[in-house]
Amino acid sequence: MRYVRTAPEPVRPAPPRPKRPALRSIVSGGANLLTTAIIVLFAIRAVPHLLSWAVTHGVWNGDGDACRDAGACWAFLRAKMPFILFGIYPEAERWRPILVVLILGAATLWSLPRAHWTRATLGLWGVAIVASLLLMAGGRLGLSPVPTSAWGGLPITMLLTIFSLALGFPLGIVLALARRSDMPVYRWTATALIEVMRAMPLVTLLFVASVMAPLLLPAGVTADNLTRALVAFVLSSSAYIAEVVRGGLQGVPPGQQESARALGLGRSTVLLSIILPQAIRKALAPLTSTVVVIIKNSSLVLVVGLFDLLSAGRVSLNDPAWPTPYAETYLVIALIYFVICYGFARYALHLERTTQGGERRP
Amino acid sequence: MRRRGAGHGWGWWLPQIALLLALAGLVLVVARTVSDNMERQDMVLSLGFLRSTAEFPIAESFLAYAPGDTIAWAFVVGLGNSIALTLLIIVLSTMAGVPVALARHSGHMLARTLAGGFVDLVRNVPLVVQLLFWYGVILMAFPPARAAAQPLPGLFLTNRGITVTTVGITGTALPMIATVMGGLTLTLVAAWRGRLHQASLYTLGTIVAGSVLWVVLDLGLARDVPHFDRFNFSGGLTLTPEFVAVVWGSVIYASAFAAEILRSGLDGVPRGQWEASRALGLSKRQSLRLVIVPQALRMIVPPMNSQFITILKNSTLALVVGYPDLNFVANTAINHTGQGLEGVAILMLVFFTLASAISLAMNRLNARVQRAGA
Repeated sequence: MRYVRTAPEPVRPAPPRPKRPALRSIVSGGANLLTTAIIVLFAIRAVPHLLSWAVTHGVWNGDGDACRDAGACWAFLRAKMPFILFGIYPEAERWRPILVVLILGAATLWSLPRAHWTRATLGLWGVAIVASLLLMAGGRLGLSPVPTSAWGGLPITMLLTIFSLALGFPLGIVLALARRSDMPVYRWTATALIEVMRAMPLVTLLFVASVMAPLLLPAGVTADNLTRALVAFVLSSSAYIAEVVRGGLQGVPPGQQESARALGLGRSTVLLSIILPQAIRKALAPLTSTVVVIIKNSSLVLVVGLFDLLSAGRVSLNDPAWPTPYAETYLVIALIYFVICYGFARYALHLERTTQGGERRP
Repeated sequence: MRRRGAGHGWGWWLPQIALLLALAGLVLVVARTVSDNMERQDMVLSLGFLRSTAEFPIAESFLAYAPGDTIAWAFVVGLGNSIALTLLIIVLSTMAGVPVALARHSGHMLARTLAGGFVDLVRNVPLVVQLLFWYGVILMAFPPARAAAQPLPGLFLTNRGITVTTVGITGTALPMIATVMGGLTLTLVAAWRGRLHQASLYTLGTIVAGSVLWVVLDLGLARDVPHFDRFNFSGGLTLTPEFVAVVWGSVIYASAFAAEILRSGLDGVPRGQWEASRALGLSKRQSLRLVIVPQALRMIVPPMNSQFITILKNSTLALVVGYPDLNFVANTAINHTGQGLEGVAILMLVFFTLASAISLAMNRLNARVQRAGA
């Protein structure tokens, strides 16, 4: 005879909430009807306008003259898309940035599933980054050299994001650990760095980096615009990552540290193999959200004259052969950013859902 | 993690001394390099440039400015623009966030879907892109001044901005304005302290005193209707396309974030709180006011703090459409005077101070919210 339960009680699903049919929520009750009426009225007024601008009177083929006194000038974007995506990179060599975008995109997609989070993937990233830089810069393997000032478009956006993450992540972890350290000098230094970085607008930081670079570097050494911007990005993203990692560290129960120490593990072993892995796993979802912030921030390099996606679009509008279709151009650029950022945002949500409910048991 | 017991061993002191030495060394090296570089370029570290005249124009400002004023004043004018912009965006975006949050919360399928789509769309596109988009829309879609669109009487939309009719007070209005402002301050202070009865008395008193003074001082109203002469509008108040684009774009962007904060605050109050307060006999409005909102506020205020600081930081993006905020003015001043180090130092100091001020104000609000009814 057994008095002790050996198997856990099976989890029963929550009783279903009474769900109001979608249709009824729109038409039942005065307030709901009113809301529906306002939305429908607005749509009736706005949608035909938009359609006539974008579709009926939109120009899909032709040159600048076809776009004058017409609706949306999509032909402009068809003509300028290579420039917007790849900037002033020499046209004959355009296959190189295309390849870079494909390599980095493929590496990102490959890394998404949990099963691929291995050392091999990390190595793959190393290869992908080296290959991308080699392809962009050239000068080796028979590729003609291209200075960073001629890099542009989507590859700049991708490289800035990846480098901010790859360099900001280790720095962020160090800052987070220092901020939680029991040694006041480390704690104060880290806190001051993080708080100053977080209080500064990125535009100001970029600006500071470009003003200070000639003063900070010893005589004879110069840094190009891309490097200066990258320093500002790495510093600011490391501060954000540090705060996210600190949140993860706070989520690791103190018992973990104590029991690991009680088992006789050394301080650094406890940190590296017990505390940090758990903290980073907890911080994964917010870290992915930080990626979205970094991607969005990368568009700010236009203030220091780098040719990312947005600046390239802005410059392409200066072509006198075309009218200036601001709205269409920025809509398409917004769409590109949206696809990337929304993808990461959904992925963050997915991570949050799958890591919730504690650690996965073997 | 802190070790207990008296005194710390060498393992505690040494790394800290090492870091201090390393930091001191870094500072020394940086200072040497900077001073070497400055000497080579004949630059002198001095704040004297602030007193020299600013030769550059500032396109628009809340404070009066003309080229020829001192550079220090140009900085103040830029700061005024930044602060005004930030406050305006904070207030408007929080207000705009409320209906979006409620729509996302509502049972109305259509409203919920639309609000959700709005939030997802706006949050996943960089603000710079949105600002440039709205600026382009104003320049492209708004008619030229001679064919101004007039959606409401006295309100004109043109590609040179939005012109509105203003109403001014004629006569010596100062005593009346001072009285009304004083009354409003008293009301706000009383409301802040939670003395709602007192606040309503102050409101009544302000209205009565204001009206009496209005009659006694024989004040009147005069409309300043904008009229079109030859090239452009004169009269009324014109908001430039740059200002409109920055405020409109930033408010849309920030309202999506504010809506998410407000919604998660509302969602964070357990359903049982609603049911329990209804069961206790509180009316719907009473339970909202006395039970739900105070608890939701506790979850809303801390993230709102970072949201407001983000708005302050994002206000620097105004420069992409050419609205002269502090960053823009500092940039121009540095280009004109070459005093990069000092300009940058002032800029960083000011932003750090402003961000700290927002944090301080929000922390006080937070202390109140967390205390109330706890």
